[in-house]
Amino acid sequence: MCLNFHNWCILLQPITNPIQNPRSYFMPDSGTQRPLVTIDHATKVYKTGSGAVHALEDLSLSIDQGEFTCILGPSGCGKSTLLWAMSGLHPLTSGAITLGGSPVTAPPRQLGMIFQDANLLPWKNLWENILFPFEIRKQDSEPFHDRIRKLLDLTGLTGFETKMPRELSGGMQQRASIVRCLGFDPDVILMDEPFGALDAFTRDEMNLLIQKIWMDTGKTIIFVTHNVTEAIFLADRVVVLSPRPGRLSHIFPIDIPRPRTIDQTFERPFIEQVLEIKATIERGHPAEPVATSAQEGVTA
Amino acid sequence: MSRSDSDIANSIPSFDRAGEHHHEVGLSGMTGLSSGAAIRNGRDALVIALVAVALIAGLQFWIEVSGTKSYIFPKPTAIGQALYDNFDLFWPHILSTLQVLAVGYAIGSAVGLVLAATITQMPFVEKIITPYILLLVTTPMIALVPLLSSQLGYDSLSPRIIVVALASGPMVMINAATGFRRTDLGKIALAKSYGASTIQIFTKIRFPLALPMIIVGLLVGAIFGLLTAVGAEMVGSSEGLGNRLVYYSSRVQMDNFFAIIVILAVIGITDYVIFYWIGKKWASWEA
Repeated sequence: MCLNFHNWCILLQPITNPIQNPRSYFMPDSGTQRPLVTIDHATKVYKTGSGAVHALEDLSLSIDQGEFTCILGPSGCGKSTLLWAMSGLHPLTSGAITLGGSPVTAPPRQLGMIFQDANLLPWKNLWENILFPFEIRKQDSEPFHDRIRKLLDLTGLTGFETKMPRELSGGMQQRASIVRCLGFDPDVILMDEPFGALDAFTRDEMNLLIQKIWMDTGKTIIFVTHNVTEAIFLADRVVVLSPRPGRLSHIFPIDIPRPRTIDQTFERPFIEQVLEIKATIERGHPAEPVATSAQEGVTA
Repeated sequence: MSRSDSDIANSIPSFDRAGEHHHEVGLSGMTGLSSGAAIRNGRDALVIALVAVALIAGLQFWIEVSGTKSYIFPKPTAIGQALYDNFDLFWPHILSTLQVLAVGYAIGSAVGLVLAATITQMPFVEKIITPYILLLVTTPMIALVPLLSSQLGYDSLSPRIIVVALASGPMVMINAATGFRRTDLGKIALAKSYGASTIQIFTKIRFPLALPMIIVGLLVGAIFGLLTAVGAEMVGSSEGLGNRLVYYSSRVQMDNFFAIIVILAVIGITDYVIFYWIGKKWASWEA
């Protein structure tokens, strides 16, 4: 595993064309930048047996095309609720979400989701799992096969196409779910704590992979996490939510040039940024739970 | 990357299942009829065959030596002889039992499956229906045979078909319902995120997820159906293998009696083997 991790670092060193600002790189005609996703006064109230739970309260945010946004906050701050509302799977109580100008009411076709659990179907092999979105959409997958093969190569899964999910390690399963999502070429990718269940080494590896994919493809990625280091490592902007009810607490632009390395996360400027964001979260919530989630951020 | 991944896949035993055998059938734990061990080579098969031959030969030898009367326990060779000589006499009864079993089981399991798939989607209806299903599972349906025979006729197949359906259907249903209740919300959310319809969620997620338990239900239902068919024939029928058991034992033709038992065992084991292979083919993904 350790060897694996170093391979990744080496792999990322000689990137021929380091893209400092992918947004302008991938959108040459984006003189007038228009937000791709807008969240307008989003409020979500869950009705439970013991009363109503305010998960989100009047949250507004807009996300540009090609931007990498991390949504960060302590457990129960409504960050997953926000993501699921963006996906069109769970409706908001009030407020609106638009994608490319049209309101999101059902799961949009140009949107892909990656969950904490890889959610591979155990009765299908890896290749069949990757084609599952096409199967549901009754869409011919043939034109996408080349694309999928390249993605399998990028994620190191070439040669495992006929393996069943339980023959794969947790990291491989999660990489397969990334290929499944990218396979049908969505414009927007929503990731709901995708690496929360993985060990620290695999997590570093996956973060490098996501960075590479984002730099190669210029997708708009919205990434929910409770890990401060992970958020800073990946994001253009870190959106910090306050504890329940989830409100927009602060937005931190992250200016570290890409490609970023895991070693950088142990350097002073990076750690200072971690501490600053931690302090913001703690000011909004001085109790113990935040202290644990912030510690996770440092140790991971 | 892929090199070290293949290392992982090959070096950690839990990922490489080729050498393991205890999970080749998902049904063994449920039915207890199999240790789950697959016959892996000729030597294994030879040992298994030798043990079987030794058991039968030992039985033969023990009956010879102890002087057990043939009207108590006939020699295996005598049973084999009866099976060979009287097979023409047995054949119509085999057909009758198989017909009852096939028709009753088909009706029972079809109704059971449809009920399981629908009521598990309606928790309130499920609460209302479940006590009656449990009643059907736990009450011996053979008890209905005298009543049904007096109404529908002693020679008719229908009383037996009805009890077989009533015995096997709830068994299929109760197991299939367990399967359909295994809803994996993550996988359903995944399918929904691709715009899956309710029908697609059923056919692509819920049904495959339930399939191992459905196969277990079909196996248990088939075996229950066979038991009930034979029981019904013993109680109230003029034909069928159950009827022959009563007939031959009353005439102290124990060689024929045991020949019928052998035939019943073959039918039961065939049931099991069929579902073993179905399970292996369609549900082998589940440990």
